[in-house]
Amino acid sequence: MKRKLEISELIFKIISYLLLTIFAIMCLYPFIYTISSSISDYDAVTHSEVVLLPKNLQFDAFKAMFNTNGFWNSYTNTLFLTVYGTIWELLLSVLGAYALSKPRLLFRKGFNFFLVFTMWFSAGLVPQYLNYLATQKVFRAIGIVDDKWLVVFAMGMAAMNIILLRNSFEGVPSEIEEAAIVDGATEMQVLTRVYLPMSKSIIATVTLFYAISRWNGYFWARQMITNNNEHPLMVFMRVRLEDYTDPEKIAGWNYNYAPDSLIYSLIVCSVIPILIIYPFIQKYFAKGVNVGGVKE
Amino acid sequence: MALNVSDYLIFDEESGTYIENPEQVVRDDVEKHHWLNVFRQVLKDWRLYLMLVPMIAVFLLWRYLPMYELLGCFKVTDDVKTVAEQFYSGFSYFKQLLIGGTTLSTEFWRAFRNTFLLSFYGLIFGFPMPIIIALFFNEIRSNIMRSIYQVLTYLPKFMSTVVMTSLITMLVKQGTIISGAGVISQMLEHLGLISSEVANAGLLNNPSFFRAIYQISGIWETAGYDSIVFFAAIIAISPTSYEAAQIDGAGKMAQMKYVVLPSILSTIVIMLITKIGTLLNIGYEKVLLLYKPETYMTADVVSTFSQRYGIAGTMKGLAAAAEMMNNVIGMLLVIGANTIAKKASNVSLY
Repeated sequence: MKRKLEISELIFKIISYLLLTIFAIMCLYPFIYTISSSISDYDAVTHSEVVLLPKNLQFDAFKAMFNTNGFWNSYTNTLFLTVYGTIWELLLSVLGAYALSKPRLLFRKGFNFFLVFTMWFSAGLVPQYLNYLATQKVFRAIGIVDDKWLVVFAMGMAAMNIILLRNSFEGVPSEIEEAAIVDGATEMQVLTRVYLPMSKSIIATVTLFYAISRWNGYFWARQMITNNNEHPLMVFMRVRLEDYTDPEKIAGWNYNYAPDSLIYSLIVCSVIPILIIYPFIQKYFAKGVNVGGVKE
Repeated sequence: MALNVSDYLIFDEESGTYIENPEQVVRDDVEKHHWLNVFRQVLKDWRLYLMLVPMIAVFLLWRYLPMYELLGCFKVTDDVKTVAEQFYSGFSYFKQLLIGGTTLSTEFWRAFRNTFLLSFYGLIFGFPMPIIIALFFNEIRSNIMRSIYQVLTYLPKFMSTVVMTSLITMLVKQGTIISGAGVISQMLEHLGLISSEVANAGLLNNPSFFRAIYQISGIWETAGYDSIVFFAAIIAISPTSYEAAQIDGAGKMAQMKYVVLPSILSTIVIMLITKIGTLLNIGYEKVLLLYKPETYMTADVVSTFSQRYGIAGTMKGLAAAAEMMNNVIGMLLVIGANTIAKKASNVSLY
């Protein structure tokens, strides 16, 4: 009896390891292939000889990409959007979530519904587009000519993240807050000295979500940023992809790297910052996913 | 004004004790919400309300104000005048989209069907994967190994849509005179799943492959990350449950059936209902970056239809009307699903 049990468990364990390994390889393979293709030479890439490892190494594709007009520009633009966008969103979310977490707040249900409703219904692309155009006009009129600020201020803010923060703040025992108030803490001090330190991991999670979505932002940046020099990396990458897969634009190509390698090297450049910070923040992910997290 | 105890407390015959007078509760509530008291309280707690202001302002300006622009659906729209200055045109856009065999209405219905089908297939094929992966994670006892698997399988979730679609484009690209087809196309060709003509023509140019590409890349992107919820539910199961089952002679499959599945059933039900609720809210970015005129037949969804006619084109009112219909139905689904989830979670949480 006991033996039979062990066998069925063993088989299941082997299957688990096997299938998970396959899935993990599937998740990793495209990235390895990308890196390998970005540093293989023209013949290896165009004749599809690269399958896993790089062949006939060259680093000219990277060099060419670094020298491309607008590459560093787009990189700094993405950094700009990510840093300022995340700070803006996080500041507003923390302040709002703190207020919403207080039972003494009047019309609390109303405010919560105000947030949750945006998760249920969105006006759609065209009305948003018209709205952003109008905002752009206003921004121009008051002297903000750089469209990046429009992206920073107007886009982003997810109700889900605010609700995550609010739920976490609600979990802070009120006795601690009362003790702080007795000691003469102001509202702001209560938030920064009591609530923030006690919700570190959820703040890390929300920061991560905001930063990643800023780093990856594409559609509205392409629609709204009119000056090509202000485009972020993702827009730059998409434009290059459209160029280098167009047979007419790559006619008469005579470099030792394939046009594909340029795109692969661009993908590598855009993914590397995420890959570097990823292992450090990976432990926080589970915090951001809670079942039935949306309470009204 | 004299205070009267009976205003506040009344004797309850049933329990034999004094309870709060329900009338006074109502009176308190009315007084609390009297505008003067509200004003006083807001004034006293002004810091708290000030904190709320910037967030509310952002949501008002850039989430709720666009909803006002939806009035454009009922008006004649062109680029010169604003929505407020236009004349009402009634339901003409809706009529144009819903009835009358014009190319526009056929295209709209095609987009609507594609929206539904893409998310429906996503539900059928995509939903079970995270559960299966969570079950497998549970089998791996070594913490290091499990962390490695988790790091690798969560990774695609954090790639941007542009990176992912660029990768897909490159991996299944068409073959030309100078270069071969994408590496995945070639693998499929070697396995005998597709012919070399199909592989060389480029899978993204072929409408019959769009849905498969969309679903497989979707699973690749989210299955690992979505398993977190289920895995959290599985590790919450007490080890004694397994031991009890083992003593009763349950094999691995029997343990799955009688211990693990019942314990995570409520999570599965809630997640399933939530997924059904978001059936029509399909992300536009991925489709927009992957589709081409050749594949509109299977790839065009309502939001890309709307983008094409309203943002790239000039039929703003019509495009807004199309997306509004989709989003209203989507919202009804979400609200319905939420209501059911609330009831279901009460019932199935043992």
